Amino acid sequence: MDLRDGPEEAAFRRTLRAWLEAKVPAGLRGFRGWSGPAALALGRDWSKRLAEAGYAGLTWPKEYGGAGRPWRYQALYLEELARAEAPQHLGVIGLGMAGPTIIAHGRPDQKARYLAKILSAEEIWCQGFSEPGSGSDLASVRTRVELVGDHFVVNGQKVWSSYAHIADRCILLGRSATTDEKHEGLTYLIVDMKSPGVEVRPLRQITGEAEFNEIFFTDVEVPKANLLGEVGGGWRVAMTTLSHERGTFGFALAGALDVAVRKLVALARERAGADALVRDRVAREWIDLQALRYTNYRALARLERTGVPGPEGSVAKLRWSEANQRLTKLAIEIIGREAQVADGDGAPAYWRHQQLRSRGNTIEAGTSEILRNIIAERVLGLPRSR
Amino acid sequence: MDFSFSPEQDQLRTQARSFLEKRYPLARLAEIATSADGWDRASWPELARLGWTGASISEAQGGAGLSFVEEGIVFEELGRALYAGPYFSTVALALPALGCAPDLLAKVASGAFTATFASPAANASGAAVDGRRDGDRWLLRGEADLVPDAGLVEAFVVPARGPDGIGLYLAERRDARPLVRVLDTVDATRRLARVTFEDDDARLLAAPPAAAKIIAATRRRALAALALEAVGVASRALALGVEHAKSREQFGRPIGAYQAVSHKLADTYVETELARSLAYWAAWCIAEDDGEAELAASAAKAYAAEAAVAACERAIQVHGGMGFTWDHPLHRYYKRALWIESFDRSGAAHRADIAQAILGG
Repeated sequence: MDLRDGPEEAAFRRTLRAWLEAKVPAGLRGFRGWSGPAALALGRDWSKRLAEAGYAGLTWPKEYGGAGRPWRYQALYLEELARAEAPQHLGVIGLGMAGPTIIAHGRPDQKARYLAKILSAEEIWCQGFSEPGSGSDLASVRTRVELVGDHFVVNGQKVWSSYAHIADRCILLGRSATTDEKHEGLTYLIVDMKSPGVEVRPLRQITGEAEFNEIFFTDVEVPKANLLGEVGGGWRVAMTTLSHERGTFGFALAGALDVAVRKLVALARERAGADALVRDRVAREWIDLQALRYTNYRALARLERTGVPGPEGSVAKLRWSEANQRLTKLAIEIIGREAQVADGDGAPAYWRHQQLRSRGNTIEAGTSEILRNIIAERVLGLPRSR
Repeated sequence: MDFSFSPEQDQLRTQARSFLEKRYPLARLAEIATSADGWDRASWPELARLGWTGASISEAQGGAGLSFVEEGIVFEELGRALYAGPYFSTVALALPALGCAPDLLAKVASGAFTATFASPAANASGAAVDGRRDGDRWLLRGEADLVPDAGLVEAFVVPARGPDGIGLYLAERRDARPLVRVLDTVDATRRLARVTFEDDDARLLAAPPAAAKIIAATRRRALAALALEAVGVASRALALGVEHAKSREQFGRPIGAYQAVSHKLADTYVETELARSLAYWAAWCIAEDDGEAELAASAAKAYAAEAAVAACERAIQVHGGMGFTWDHPLHRYYKRALWIESFDRSGAAHRADIAQAILGG
């Protein structure tokens, strides 16, 4: 047990910190989301710089253009990014989900075709899993995938797809056969978002912004070469995608929470320094942040030893989302009536936005209810609730 | 960066758990708690033989030469087994001061010597214990209230006010002096007592200002040790709740299939894991004398104690009426959790300290 950086880790952190201090464009500090064309152009450029400096695909094998580093470097990278309040690479879905899935299940020609452009942000990916009728119950997806001659035809609707409005490709899970066991008969495809019949409609969320989208597929032709895994074997491929989502996800969340707690502390110092109740609640959030951080380190040690993310990923997501909701609400309570004002760049508008956005945290990427089911059934071994 | 235990440390945990499970099955808890001392004295030489009482004492002095991380493993497992005996008092509370008396360290390691910390800090009156020089000896006068395990130990480490300020003294118990009155406390497995010194003989362990440093180190160790114990308590309460939820059937299904039950247990799991992370962090900080040790110990104790209380409360609820009975062992875990929460101040007081550190003012 040693919680300090080793010499190589310390050197990596030092280099990265200096690089971030020099390179993060002013317009991207305190980043709040990729909305608007200007931000998008900045984002592509930023992602390209990250890739050129060797910070994209840190844990990817070298043969696929990654840095082949152990997981801890991804953790260090996410910590330093949070410290600098710099945005992640624009292609998070490609880097964290599509890429690792292609590495695990793809053919050599697929690896050659897609992986390099994920790293360089030349191609942005989105995820087509959830549907209006299939949220938590993913295996019930109804988007139809039919093999017709030398291509698949896709019909259906996907929803809650981040980045779909800017994406070049989509990882899609659809139904190719009706079977008694619903986990069978699913097929996993790579869909070109520029294909005829693909329509993206932004979903306006309670913050007023549109980070998510609906995607409509109408007789979209997908070449047979875009199949990932087997026809009818899509569930297994999808599980790879989702387990990678949990890999070092906790570090990204703790990083975001670190920034939020820092801002909360500054806000409380400025506006509520003597209020004992506020002080107690701020201290609680600080403790929760440390708990999350060190739980991540424990998860990391286990991931490096076994290669498989443990249940701590669910723990981190569950607690982070609830902490972020509590914390942002505390901030708008401290601000008071002024937090009702939506415009401007100051603290009131920032926290108002963060607080509203946080309501999505307990829903996106696994609702809190599903995460509690996962913990109850897979970790504690309790009987299935369904 | 490696937040995991070594194979040797894992082995220590396995050994501790299997020894304690055999020696202290749940069925024995009531017998021990209601015995005259509330302690199975015969266990102490065995703990010493296992190397636990001298875990962090140097090998030259008969110990194992390990660190607080290893002691932390023992604390967690003792909490899990609800061990009753002066391990917390001797190893967490007294040991830092006993470091000034090398002759005693070997006795602690061999199991021949137990001690506790008799601080007047918990006195309602706020009065101190006074130390007066008498030739080459010292005489103590005053009272220390709510002292853990005072009825069990051979000696008391006492922070007392001497001519130059607060020093640390050692008063050994001879002929029923100092006077110890064991109180009727909620947790019968870790009793509290009032200790009254009436010109009782003592030796000086540390004069001011060195004593202040030792007192601060003692406090950090105690808080971290309690956090680790709390993790043990919480994980045992969780295990009991899960076991019951799997086997108890109502409406034709195990009650653990109902989310109103399973989600409570999932929450306990989450809080126990977070408490564990904080407690291991604190243990490492103390072993390494890290600059964050004080904050880490405060945070870990505040969080883990509350998590243990909540874990027991949820487990009692999951057990239904049975969990509310005297015969079921859960209330003994619950009472230990409440003891931990109350000792050296509640979570709110620690959060106030943390707020002071991060917010100033």
